[in-house]
Amino acid sequence: MLITYREAIRQALRELLKDPTVFLMGEDIGAYGGAFAVTKGFLEEYGPERVMDTPISESGLVSAAIGAGMAGAHPVVEVMTINFTLLAFDALVNHAAKIHGMSGGRVNVPLILRTVTGSGNQLGAQHSQNIEGHYAMVPGLKVLAPATPADAKGLLLSALYEPNPVFIAEHFALYNTKGEVDEERAFVPINKASVLREGTDITLIAYSRMAIICMKAAELLAQDGISAEVLDMRTLRPLDLDTIFTSIAKTHYAVMVEETGKGTSIGGSLIAEVQEQIFDELKGPIRWVAGLPVPVPYNKTLEREAIPSPDSIARAAHELLKA
Amino acid sequence: MDRELSLRAYHQMALIRLFEDKAGEQYGRGKIGGFLHLYIGEEACAVGAIAALRHEDYVITHYRDHGHALAKGCSARAVMAELYGKRTGVSKGLGGSMHLFCPENRLMGGYAIVGGHIPIGTGLALGIHKLGQDLVCVVFFGDGAVNEGEFHEALNMASVWKLPVVFFCENNLYAMGTEISRTSAVTEVYRRAEAYAIPGQRVDGMDVEAVYRATREAVARARDGGGPTLLEAMTYRFKGHSMADAVSYRTRDEEAEWRPRDPIPLFRERLLADGRATEEELTAIEQDVKAEVEDAVHFAEESPEPTMEDVLSSVYAPCRACSE
Repeated sequence: MLITYREAIRQALRELLKDPTVFLMGEDIGAYGGAFAVTKGFLEEYGPERVMDTPISESGLVSAAIGAGMAGAHPVVEVMTINFTLLAFDALVNHAAKIHGMSGGRVNVPLILRTVTGSGNQLGAQHSQNIEGHYAMVPGLKVLAPATPADAKGLLLSALYEPNPVFIAEHFALYNTKGEVDEERAFVPINKASVLREGTDITLIAYSRMAIICMKAAELLAQDGISAEVLDMRTLRPLDLDTIFTSIAKTHYAVMVEETGKGTSIGGSLIAEVQEQIFDELKGPIRWVAGLPVPVPYNKTLEREAIPSPDSIARAAHELLKA
Repeated sequence: MDRELSLRAYHQMALIRLFEDKAGEQYGRGKIGGFLHLYIGEEACAVGAIAALRHEDYVITHYRDHGHALAKGCSARAVMAELYGKRTGVSKGLGGSMHLFCPENRLMGGYAIVGGHIPIGTGLALGIHKLGQDLVCVVFFGDGAVNEGEFHEALNMASVWKLPVVFFCENNLYAMGTEISRTSAVTEVYRRAEAYAIPGQRVDGMDVEAVYRATREAVARARDGGGPTLLEAMTYRFKGHSMADAVSYRTRDEEAEWRPRDPIPLFRERLLADGRATEEELTAIEQDVKAEVEDAVHFAEESPEPTMEDVLSSVYAPCRACSE
């Protein structure tokens, strides 16, 4: 079935809502239908107890979801954009991520948090961050960043079975993209990267929208006779290093691609793991193609130039292979 | 309080007092590490409020949490072992003094980010509501926490959703070392309830029965679907904020004024005066408590340390039902 990323998430939420302990909560997810229309019509269908509009209180509502999860319910929170999750950073990092560990493993926090990442819509610096990497640094959280409709659905389905806080970054620019999705319950495990395209000469590693951009870069490279393998990390914490190491052991060259700037991301950690663990497999340094470390500019041209493109990724791959 | 409840309350207050004295002593001897925040002087708050709850009702609290844990029925052994960082502690020695968790007694933790746990308490009540349970959650916090944004968000949500939660402020007049009048535009915390259209009430936090009565009323209202209440118990921390505190910010005169209000001798005198207990009964309780605390220390001393494997296996809960 060919459906959009948005529809895939809607299907998964409907599956989740079959569990009577599950409820959705977030700002404007009910009467408004969700800022990105993911829950449009859900309030009418499921009622206000299952689809709860909340005050604009990101810290409070994420904390309330933590408590509801501790009490045995299963909250699925939507935070309107990832930028606003910073108001809930304390709730997520100091509380959700720590409670299981500091209780000696005696209290679980089953919490699903969906939020929206990405730049590219001229929304200005406060609405254009990709800070899922911040959360991927935090032991105790599981962090997902799906790029395809199938993964958006499958990872969300798996999240229901997690007795841990799961942070899902959905990219706004992907909501209308289409892909094949199994209509049956198509679970995607939370700990496995996927090979989006097989290749032999170089590995392009990315997640979220940049995985799709890497597919375009791979097409450009193919025109020049270069066979690029594209890996979609899908899960940023825990990292699936096995799949990444296997690919690099085959191609011996790698480019790490991220929409956000270096230092606010998981890419540096991944590169460090590669050089520490499989240094001998590398025939050249890992290139790191990332967004510029700037507050994302409003100007349309400059905003586009601040993040990686198929061209800039292909150029980095060429430079690496020529060196 | 009837006779049985009174004797239990006296036992708990005496236990907390002696437990805290002993914990302070063991801290001085280097047996307990990190921060240690003693509850001495505030015993009537935890004991009076928790006496109004059922075993299945939830409590969530701040980092000065030994009193709440003992009042909620966690064993003195397991609490002392936690302070010692031992594997037999309530949090396996991985939480410490500030993070006591006894889920089997519905003590859902002590938290050390001021105010951060207040909306989690609202969330426990949200969970109760979603699961259709006949339960209540009491959230304890100090007067310092009411100036955190989470206090506002938590009370507003709880009121909008009419959740079964009681917000219990232990107002000991000092946020760490800063007097409430220097940090709060409105120093009568209970008056803030008005902003959320919920009942607010101030009680004498040195009188265990006054605390019990006020909490019982708030809990009954919450259980009946009447929504949250903000209680403010006026109390006093006889010791410093933590063991490192030289208490330079308040006068010895002020401390002397509060001393005669010590909740334990006050309750003792009342029990004897109205004939609810005899001198022999109370002395027997005091002897029992002494033995209980000695036993707890012995247990903690003899208990094994946790291992790194315990740490590594507690980062994530195992996902038994996860798909392959």
